[in-house]
Amino acid sequence: MLSRVADSLYWMSRYLERAENTLRQLDVTMSLMLDPGGATAEIRWQRLVASLGNPPDLEWDGDFDSMARKLVFDDENHASITYSIDFARENARQVREEISSEQWQRLNRLYHQIHAPAAQIQFSVNLGDFLASIVDGIHLFKGVSDTTMIHGQGWQFIRLGRYLERCYSTATLLEVFQPELLTLPEREHSGYSYLEQVGLLRCCTAFEAFCQVYTADISPDRILDFLLLNKDFPHAIRYCVDGSLNALECIQRGIARRPSEELRSAIGRLHAMLGFTTVSEILDGGASAFLHRIREQCMTIHEILYRFYVQYSIQSALTA
Amino acid sequence: MSSSPSFQLDDLYGDYPLDSAFDEMREPGGDVRAPYQALAETLARLPQEELQRRKQSADLSFLNQGITFTVYGHDEGTEKIFPYDLLPRLITASEWSHIERGLTQRVTALNHFLRDIYSDAKILNDLIIPRELVYSCKHYRRQMRGLQVPRNVYITVIGSDLLRLSNGEFVVLEDNLRVPSGVSYMLANRRVMKRTFPHLFHSYGVQPIEQYPQLLLSTLRSLAPEGRPEPNIVLLTPGVFNSAYFEHTYLARQMGIDLVEGRDLVTHDNVVYMRTTDGLKRVDVIYRRVDDDFSDPLIFRADSILGCAGLFNAYRAGNVTVTNAFGTGLADDKALYAYVPRIIRYYLNEDPILPNVETYLLTDEKERKHVLANLDKLVVKAVGESGGYGMLIGPHATPKMRDEFAKQIEANPRNYIAQPTLSFSRAPCLIGNRLEPRHVDLRPYILFGDKVNIVPGGLTRVALEKGSLVVNSSQGGGSKDTWVLQD
Repeated sequence: MLSRVADSLYWMSRYLERAENTLRQLDVTMSLMLDPGGATAEIRWQRLVASLGNPPDLEWDGDFDSMARKLVFDDENHASITYSIDFARENARQVREEISSEQWQRLNRLYHQIHAPAAQIQFSVNLGDFLASIVDGIHLFKGVSDTTMIHGQGWQFIRLGRYLERCYSTATLLEVFQPELLTLPEREHSGYSYLEQVGLLRCCTAFEAFCQVYTADISPDRILDFLLLNKDFPHAIRYCVDGSLNALECIQRGIARRPSEELRSAIGRLHAMLGFTTVSEILDGGASAFLHRIREQCMTIHEILYRFYVQYSIQSALTA
Repeated sequence: MSSSPSFQLDDLYGDYPLDSAFDEMREPGGDVRAPYQALAETLARLPQEELQRRKQSADLSFLNQGITFTVYGHDEGTEKIFPYDLLPRLITASEWSHIERGLTQRVTALNHFLRDIYSDAKILNDLIIPRELVYSCKHYRRQMRGLQVPRNVYITVIGSDLLRLSNGEFVVLEDNLRVPSGVSYMLANRRVMKRTFPHLFHSYGVQPIEQYPQLLLSTLRSLAPEGRPEPNIVLLTPGVFNSAYFEHTYLARQMGIDLVEGRDLVTHDNVVYMRTTDGLKRVDVIYRRVDDDFSDPLIFRADSILGCAGLFNAYRAGNVTVTNAFGTGLADDKALYAYVPRIIRYYLNEDPILPNVETYLLTDEKERKHVLANLDKLVVKAVGESGGYGMLIGPHATPKMRDEFAKQIEANPRNYIAQPTLSFSRAPCLIGNRLEPRHVDLRPYILFGDKVNIVPGGLTRVALEKGSLVVNSSQGGGSKDTWVLQD
């Protein structure tokens, strides 16, 4: 596969995952605001921005509606949903021959949906419905990707992009939420803190899955355990790391060149970090530092990935 | 009088002028021509709303498929949907076989011509074509002299533009031998039409065109360098900002080959490689959709970053096939066009099956005088341009524009030719909720490898603006599906 194509597929997937993550967090923030007892709108907004990785130009201006509009529609702002969808499409447009027509049509429809004048109206009429309809579009794209695209190298790069992006954004989210989460009074059953915790789970579409494992008996350490270490839930960090590792192995299998040891060890280290630990161990060592290490490791993996598959030097390739 | 029903067509036809121009659907008296009877009946039977509904669903299908093109010189929204007319243009089997024979003859002769010009240049020595006309052409590439091209095939993909004149005869307006585009619209139109009028399509018995990508692929494969039994074939695109980018991706996908940009390619020891996730991979055949000028900065324009440095030398060494060959634009120069009938007679010893349009060469003093005196009746074209750029349509131009062109002609007569303003055929189009006739041309796509292959039909381009004679998509033209009927 052409290096440029692999690069585009990887980024198409990352941008879509990013859009979906932002959509869900915005939706959860909005619904938490409906309950007056919790934090103020400003604090919630700041937390939202922090868990998106503190992108610039999103300072609270006192009006949730205008802030939300900015986060959805402002295509100048790199954190906005429109920006992510635009770039997902732009990447897809450059590899039209690699993705299926169905994928392209889905993504194109999503692009036209968010750019249509009607989108502004839907936003005003019912923000929740509007966000849900965009998430639906992204889900449809993923479904169509899995069912219409050949599960070869290109598809694996799509998976790789998705898992790395998800792993990184979930780690960021937890890093922002965990200080508050862990300082909640022991076993407090006030409705508000319950809502907060459910909100965190819903940011990762994890509430129902969590209940299946632990029942609705929510506690901070269980949340951390679930979102960090569960190996069967697709939004848990461990699942994402396993997925990345698997995608990478599949990519390697289709390639004659010797695999990059550096890449294997970087991703293997992350795999081991999550596979052979417990939540109490993590808490003892400091959850914040642990989460931070995960994020750093994700960035390292991304860099090596680039050096090996995309931006290698011609000389090294000719002598190989 | 034929028994053609006039139906309740009055509503649909409304003001449908019939004059000296050939109407594809109706005879001069107003009767519907035999092949169009079934279409007319279907249209008469369909309620207005249903017709509009089908139009909308076709439009939506184009938008969602992202079938768009890029307009140069416009800042706002670079992507436009290719305008499209709902009604098919019909061509009978006998009309088509005439066209097919004519085009086969024409491209065979043009290929002989290119080979001759870039080797012995017999045709110049025999004084059939003036030497200076060839050597002053800006698409002539001296680098191609004496270069052996694979299987002696210079032109692999050709798009020739045909018009139908008042007497019903098809003539060739121009040939496109460099990087003709539009074939993806032909294929997309057909797909949408099959969904829009399934019963009508079935009842007409239309000859299929869907095999085009497969034919193109096998043509490319037949040109692979010797000793490369499993050639790696790629399509070279200038990239996402090119007006025909949609088409490049479409064809690459339909053929299952890689779509590469210049930045994906590297040459080493006169071999072309592409950068893949598995390291460098050798490239054997390049279906080139980048103009000569931009293909190799070492040989052609040094400021181009669209091509690949070293490509031409790899080509010269025979390590990679690039098609169409470089320098083929020579044979679609509009001044050389006037000589194509002579070219056909010279190499094939046959009379041209498809005639040319009468053409005035402005390098000839007598003809130039005549043209300058009659600018208000003629069409003037710059010889090296395509896509409807650099053109003056005398009867529609202002005196000021004509004066400007006259000055340019005086300054550089070699750069222009003139032709009479042709009264070419019109076909009915759905404009609003009425049928109105619009001027159409026909661009069939010819593939030339180990043999000549033309899929039946081509792209019918429509001048969608009332009275307009310009069919180019960059100038407000649209297209129609072209149905070549079985016997």
